[in-house]
Amino acid sequence: MSLDTKKMMLLGDQAVALGAINAGLSGVYAYPGTPSTEITEFIQAYPLAKERGIHSKWCTNEKTAMEAALGMSYAGKRAMVCMKHVGLNVAADAFVNSAVTGVNGGVVVLVADDPSMHSSQNEQDSRFYGKFALVPIFEPSSQQEAYDMMSYAFDYSEKMSTPVLMRVVTRMAHSRAVVEVGAVAEQNSLSMPKNPIDWVLLPVNARRRYAQVVAQQEEYNVASDESKFNRLIINKKGAKGIVACGIAYNYVMENIAEAEEMNILKVSQYPIPSALLKELADNSSEILIAEDGQPFVEEQVRGVLPNEQLIIKGRLTGELPRTGELTPDNVRVAMGLVPHDTFNKSEAVVARPPALCQGCGHRDVYTILKSVIAEYPQGKVFSDIGCYTLGALPPFRAIDSCVDMGASITMAKGAADAGLFPAVAVIGDSTFTHSGMTGLLDAVNANASITVIISDNLTTAMTGGQDSAGTNRLQAICQGIGVAPEHVRCVVPIPKNHDEIANIIREEIEYRGVSVIIPCRECIQTLNRRLKKQKAEKK
Amino acid sequence: MKTDIILSGVGGQGILSIATIIGDAALNEGLHLKQAEVHGMSQRGGDVQSNLRISSEPIHSDLIPLGKADVIISLEPMEALRYMPYLAPDGWVITSSKPFINIPNYPEQELLDRELAKVKNIVLFDTAQIAADNGIARSENMVLLGGAVDAIGLPLDKILDSVRRIFASKGDVVVEQNLKAVMLGYEKKSC
Repeated sequence: MSLDTKKMMLLGDQAVALGAINAGLSGVYAYPGTPSTEITEFIQAYPLAKERGIHSKWCTNEKTAMEAALGMSYAGKRAMVCMKHVGLNVAADAFVNSAVTGVNGGVVVLVADDPSMHSSQNEQDSRFYGKFALVPIFEPSSQQEAYDMMSYAFDYSEKMSTPVLMRVVTRMAHSRAVVEVGAVAEQNSLSMPKNPIDWVLLPVNARRRYAQVVAQQEEYNVASDESKFNRLIINKKGAKGIVACGIAYNYVMENIAEAEEMNILKVSQYPIPSALLKELADNSSEILIAEDGQPFVEEQVRGVLPNEQLIIKGRLTGELPRTGELTPDNVRVAMGLVPHDTFNKSEAVVARPPALCQGCGHRDVYTILKSVIAEYPQGKVFSDIGCYTLGALPPFRAIDSCVDMGASITMAKGAADAGLFPAVAVIGDSTFTHSGMTGLLDAVNANASITVIISDNLTTAMTGGQDSAGTNRLQAICQGIGVAPEHVRCVVPIPKNHDEIANIIREEIEYRGVSVIIPCRECIQTLNRRLKKQKAEKK
Repeated sequence: MKTDIILSGVGGQGILSIATIIGDAALNEGLHLKQAEVHGMSQRGGDVQSNLRISSEPIHSDLIPLGKADVIISLEPMEALRYMPYLAPDGWVITSSKPFINIPNYPEQELLDRELAKVKNIVLFDTAQIAADNGIARSENMVLLGGAVDAIGLPLDKILDSVRRIFASKGDVVVEQNLKAVMLGYEKKSC
């Protein structure tokens, strides 16, 4: 080990974070989302990041994050944007167009996908977004590679004047390993774009830039074929071949010693390395494509028209499951090995779903809301993304929808437009500022008959208690948007107030216009942590 | 050497601090290590597990394959049984015997006992009771760790060194309590 390297035990997310800091990062822009949250948290706590003044304050949503990062890039500095996969839907407008403006300081867009939906509402594969936006994609197979890739990715972003997408998945993001950490690069200094007109996407400029972006694709292809992160190993002419993308490579290697001799193409940089792939195909009797998420590579390789010369296996042909994450076990079977012997599942085991914490204010809100809604058999409760989504499970069964950030308010409005009464929305404080405010303005402008409950726990709780953008200002925000002040009602959700709150909900349901009720009480988890910290400081 | 460990329990019980101690001891022995955790939604009172792999050879997969775990260490008996398909044929289960009941359909004790009795290599003991009897109720997870030391395959003194290192910032009293907890678990298992 040389003097400037050391070994650290890091989560995949932390390896990304430290890789970015050491690559000369000047700002991380993010909204919390499992499994990406720990990247920004690491930077917020890391001494060198503080010393360097690296921006790491949470953003209101992924779109504001992406745009702020682009602004930092305009000014010549390196910026990273972090989000979970569905966050990229929110940031998509800025993301796709950032490929057309190009970048000045390097931009890495880090998206953490969640195959198997451990904490998500779908398992969309962000690599499609990278291809769609015509940007290079990186997909590390290990924590070490994630660390090593960051400085390469920033350099490449600046060299090609394009944002780059880095995709990780839950099992990499939330797994620890020893990472060898190297030297720390200087940060970029302030500099203006070489071609400032590129950043003004009027059609006349955009057409020119888009043509340049398309022309650049061939260079990306060559870079993929030559990338140190992609590797082709031909073991035997005529053997079976396997394309192992991202962490799928680990599952292949876990089983490879027992398998017959195979040719292996490891893919961690895209566009798909086409020359390497062709060489694999020329040397292999068939190709298995192992990729976590959706069949992104498999669909491109397979195409639509039949090709009898080449047998391609993967998620589309059933060798691997069409949905759900890869595991060492399903990859093993796809490689033609027999499954390991296992004990049977025990009949004593039942599901233990997550639940709202004892003492959580959302519990009070749902207990009261359920009793009031019972008085209105036609009433529906549209809810949203956060801890309070657990109100869908027993014993509450108190909500009727959960779709995407902010959809509670707008869906309630649409249902009210259709004549549904009463239409109630339940949204958390952080989700409200993320994507609920614009919908509330729609509702106000239409004088929709909806009752919005912003269940305010003063934090972004589900992801572990990050700052919430509108803390202590929700009442003012709602009034500013145009909700009548007498219909913005603030309450404290504790048992002795239950009757009072129930009456307020009844009154506001009966009011035929937009009303907002804000039950506000600190998250029990952040409260306990704060008290513990205070106690420790007193000692 | 190679030991694949599944740590299990209910969100909030403290399986990750057990993982931290074992991880620290393994790193100090110069071993390779991978540890997959569960963050997010299921931490709220749901079932949680961590895959901890330590080995003298490089480790590829972050996840332990089915039928390959050398040991299941669980703070809750039903949660130990949940991962039986992952246990190797000659693997060990080290688990607290005390149910954590936060669901209406938790299995009857009789069924639970019957299923636990089927496990060939099992250490089943009431870690909560042992911790409480000795005035160190908050160190229950370290009692469990003590019971698992032999199955993990790292020397007891190395585990104790890691307990000292990891808890050092919390003061001597906390360090002593946790050392005592590991020893209680270790001796309980051996007798």
